Amino acid sequence: MADIARIATDSRDDVVATRRVRRAGTVHHGIRRPPPARGSGASPLWARKLGRAMFLVPALVYLALLFAYPLVYNVLLSLRQAGVIGFINDSAKFAGLANYKSALSNPALPTVVVNTAIFLVASLVVQFVIGFGLALFFTRRFPLSGLLRALILVPWLLPGVVTGSILRFMFDTSDGMINQILKDVGIIHTPIQWLSDPHLALVTVVIANIWVGIPFNMLLLHGGIQEIPRELYEAGRVDGAGTFRLFRSITVPMLRPVIAVVLILGFIYTLKAFDIIIVMTGGGPINGSQLLSTWAYTLSFTNLDFGQGAAVGTIMMLISLVCAVIYTRIYRGGEAK
Amino acid sequence: MIGQAKAPAALQARGGWAVANVRSLRDLAIGLAVVVVMLSPIYWAVVTSLKTELQSFSSPPTLLPPAPTFAAYDQAFHSQGGALATSLVIAVGATAIALVISVPAAHALASFRFRVTGLVVLLLLVSQTIPGIVLGMSFFKIFARVHLLNSYLGLMIADSTYGVPFAILIIRAFMLGLPRELLEAAYVDGAGTVGTFLRIVVPLSRPAILSAGLFAFLFAWGDFLFALTLTTNNSITPISLGVYSYLGLHTEQWPDLMAAAVFAAVPSGVLLVVAQRWIRGGLATSGLKG
Repeated sequence: MADIARIATDSRDDVVATRRVRRAGTVHHGIRRPPPARGSGASPLWARKLGRAMFLVPALVYLALLFAYPLVYNVLLSLRQAGVIGFINDSAKFAGLANYKSALSNPALPTVVVNTAIFLVASLVVQFVIGFGLALFFTRRFPLSGLLRALILVPWLLPGVVTGSILRFMFDTSDGMINQILKDVGIIHTPIQWLSDPHLALVTVVIANIWVGIPFNMLLLHGGIQEIPRELYEAGRVDGAGTFRLFRSITVPMLRPVIAVVLILGFIYTLKAFDIIIVMTGGGPINGSQLLSTWAYTLSFTNLDFGQGAAVGTIMMLISLVCAVIYTRIYRGGEAK
Repeated sequence: MIGQAKAPAALQARGGWAVANVRSLRDLAIGLAVVVVMLSPIYWAVVTSLKTELQSFSSPPTLLPPAPTFAAYDQAFHSQGGALATSLVIAVGATAIALVISVPAAHALASFRFRVTGLVVLLLLVSQTIPGIVLGMSFFKIFARVHLLNSYLGLMIADSTYGVPFAILIIRAFMLGLPRELLEAAYVDGAGTVGTFLRIVVPLSRPAILSAGLFAFLFAWGDFLFALTLTTNNSITPISLGVYSYLGLHTEQWPDLMAAAVFAAVPSGVLLVVAQRWIRGGLATSGLKG
C-alpha cells in the first residue's frame, strides 16, 4: 500500500511539474516570472503551511469518519457476537471468526455465491458487447447522432428505485408488457413467471442490470474511440486493411486501457448492485436472485444478525479492494500519459 | 466502415451525395431503433401513468393512453408530495455538505504540493469502490449510538458520501487546468491563500463546481440504500421509499406507481439537459456513479 502511494505521489508530481514547465514556456515567452512570494509575505512560513493544510483537513476528517471508521467498525462487528441481544444493548462479546464460520456454512451461501458469479459475468459480458457495438456505431456521422446518444444515457441516470419499479412492471406476469408482446407475437401461450420463478428471477434482474449498464459502457468506450488518431486508420487503409482488420489491429489495441477501466468499473458497480434487486425481487423467491449485497442486507436487517451480515460485508470489501488496486493502477497509468 | 473509406472518392463522382445521404438515413434509422428499444420501458411508464387503473389492465395493452388523465399524478402528488419535499431537503443538504468539504480539498490537492496528495487521491478512488451496503450496515450501528437514525441530518451526512469523493476528483481535475500564473499573480498581489481561493479559484472553477453539485444532488436524490437502512419508522420518508412503498402493499396500482416514478425521475432528466457535456468528463475522471 505504501509503495503504491509513493509511486502515485511521484507520478502526480511529475505531471504537475511538466504542466508548469509547459505553461511557463508557452505563456511567458522569455519573460522572467516573478519569484513566488514564498517567505516574503506578512505571515510566517509555518502559518502559511498551516493555512494551506486547513483546506484539506476537513476532507481528511470526513474521509476518516465516514469511510475509514465505518470500514473498521464493520470488521470489528464481524468479529463479535452481534446477534439480536447485541443488537439491542450493544454488549456483544468477541466471537473470533464464528460469524465467518456461520456465514460460510450457511445453507444459502452456495446459492448466493453462484448467483453473484452469474450476475457479474452475464451482466459484464452482455453490457460490454452491446455497449461496444453502440460505441462503434455512434462514431459514424449521421443526423441527430449526438441527440440519440444522449437519450441512450437516460436509463443510466435514473434512480435505482425508478428503474426497478418500471422494470418490475414490465416483467409483471399478468400486467407486464413483456409477456403481452411475447403472447401477441405468438412465442408463448402461457405467461412467463419472470419474477416469481426462482430460476428466472435471476435472469430477469440480470436483464435489468444490463439495461442500466449499456449506456455506461457505450459512453466510456465511445469516448475512448474518439481519442484514437484518425491517421492510424488512414495508414491502415493505405496498407490494404479491411474493416475487421482495422478493428482488430487498431481499435482494440488502442482501446485496451479504456476497456480495462470499463470492465473493472463495471465489476465494481455490478458487485454493488442493490436497489434494483431489492425493488424487483427482494432477493427472492427463495433466494433465487439473492446476491452478496442483498444477502448482507437480509442477514443484518431482516434476520437482525449483524455479525454475520458484517462478515459478508467484509468479504465483499476484500473483493472490492482487489478491484480497487487494479483500478488505481490503470487510472494512474492513464493520468500520467 | 468499408463504405466510409471510399466516401470521399464516391462524393466526387456524380450521385455521390445521394449515396452518402442514403447511408446516413440508414444510420439514422438504426440509431432511432436503438433509442426506441432502450427507452421503451420509460415510454411505457409514462403512458401507463396517464391511464386509469382499469385501462392499465386492458389486454391487449394500448400503446397510447385512450383518454389521457392526470388522475394518477394527482394521486401520486397527494400521497408523495411530502416525500418529494423530504428528498429535496435531504438532497440539498447533502449537496451543501459535499461541496463545502470538496471545493477547498480539490483546491488543496490541485495547487498545494503536499506529500500526501498522491495518497489522498488514491484513497478517494478506493473509497468509491466500497459497496454501499457495507457503509449502510456500519452507519446504522454508529448512527444509532449518536442519535442520527430517523433524522434529516443523518440522511444528509450519509447521502453526501456518494458525492464527496466524486466531487473532489472532478473539481480537482478541472482546477489542475487553471493557469498557475493567475494564482501566483493573485498571491503576489497580496490576495493571501484564502483570498486567492475565494476570488480567483472558485469563480474560475464554477463550471466544475456546478457539475459536481448537480451530480451530488442527483446521487442523494436517488438514494435508496441509506433511506432503507437508516430509517426505522415512518417519520422520514424520502421519495425512493415512497415509490418502494407502492410495491409492498398495492402492486396493482400501476398508474399511481408510474406517476410517482416519473416524479422521482424528474431531476435525472433535468441533469441530462443541463449537464450533458459534463457527464462524460465527470465519468472519465472519477469513473463512478453512486
